[in-house]
Amino acid sequence: MTPLNGYLLLAAFLFSIGLAGALTRRNAILVLAGIELMLNAANLNFIAFWRYGAHPEALTGTMFAIFSISIAAAEAAVGLGLILAVYRHFKTTDLDEIDSLKG
Amino acid sequence: MTILFLILAVLAIVGASAAMAFRSAVHAILSLALAFVSLAILYLSLDAQFVGFTQIIVYVGAVAILAVFAIMMTRSDSAHHHSEVFSKSWLTGLVLAGGVFTVLAWAVLGDKTQHAAADTPAPVTTVTQIGEALMQRYAFPLEIMGLLLTAALIGAVVLAMPLLSNKSAANPAAKGDAR
Repeated sequence: MTPLNGYLLLAAFLFSIGLAGALTRRNAILVLAGIELMLNAANLNFIAFWRYGAHPEALTGTMFAIFSISIAAAEAAVGLGLILAVYRHFKTTDLDEIDSLKG
Repeated sequence: MTILFLILAVLAIVGASAAMAFRSAVHAILSLALAFVSLAILYLSLDAQFVGFTQIIVYVGAVAILAVFAIMMTRSDSAHHHSEVFSKSWLTGLVLAGGVFTVLAWAVLGDKTQHAAADTPAPVTTVTQIGEALMQRYAFPLEIMGLLLTAALIGAVVLAMPLLSNKSAANPAAKGDAR
């Protein structure tokens, strides 16, 4: 097994943990945490492919990872703002209880 | 496959699994921070210093703290809330995640292309090089990113601002007057 395969397997496992958390948790904040974990797994793939790829001097993987981290930060801010707005309306962050579109 | 990689991989997997399994949301976010830190050290060991430090500053410093603040602000007083940790359809979600991992692992392990060996010389990347790339080749994406971050900043503030939504909910006539 090459080192790249090890990193890819680790990223795949982290992605699956994040996906499982996002699909099964009831707390909306932890669903968002699962999504962040999936984004992190994708970042690990970018860095691993950049490090063991053909042209590491082109910095493509690093740039992808930097932009991906900034998008993840923006997504976290807007997502938590949405959760706060939903909490103000429903008085809960339990996703199984937030089941109506009409307020 | 070095010892460092194995230790960090185990730490990241333990932190991530604990984050998704803990009953208490604060404990979950703290173990998520552990997973973020071990991922940052993995980036450092892959010679991506800038991304590693950015990971620590953005994820551990900002996203985790933001999540803790959100947990604090949405904490319900009554004990009957959050009695169940997992949703009713947890089995479906678990099977889906397992299926995704099986397909990904099958694709990774079935890969027959020749990759660089472990002892390839580390690419030398300084912050100067990253800055030059951002200012020249990636100048346009950088501008777009600035626009996106500004929009996200304003959007998050507008969404989370209590005064705006309360006023329009409590007094719908005021909205009609303003129109």
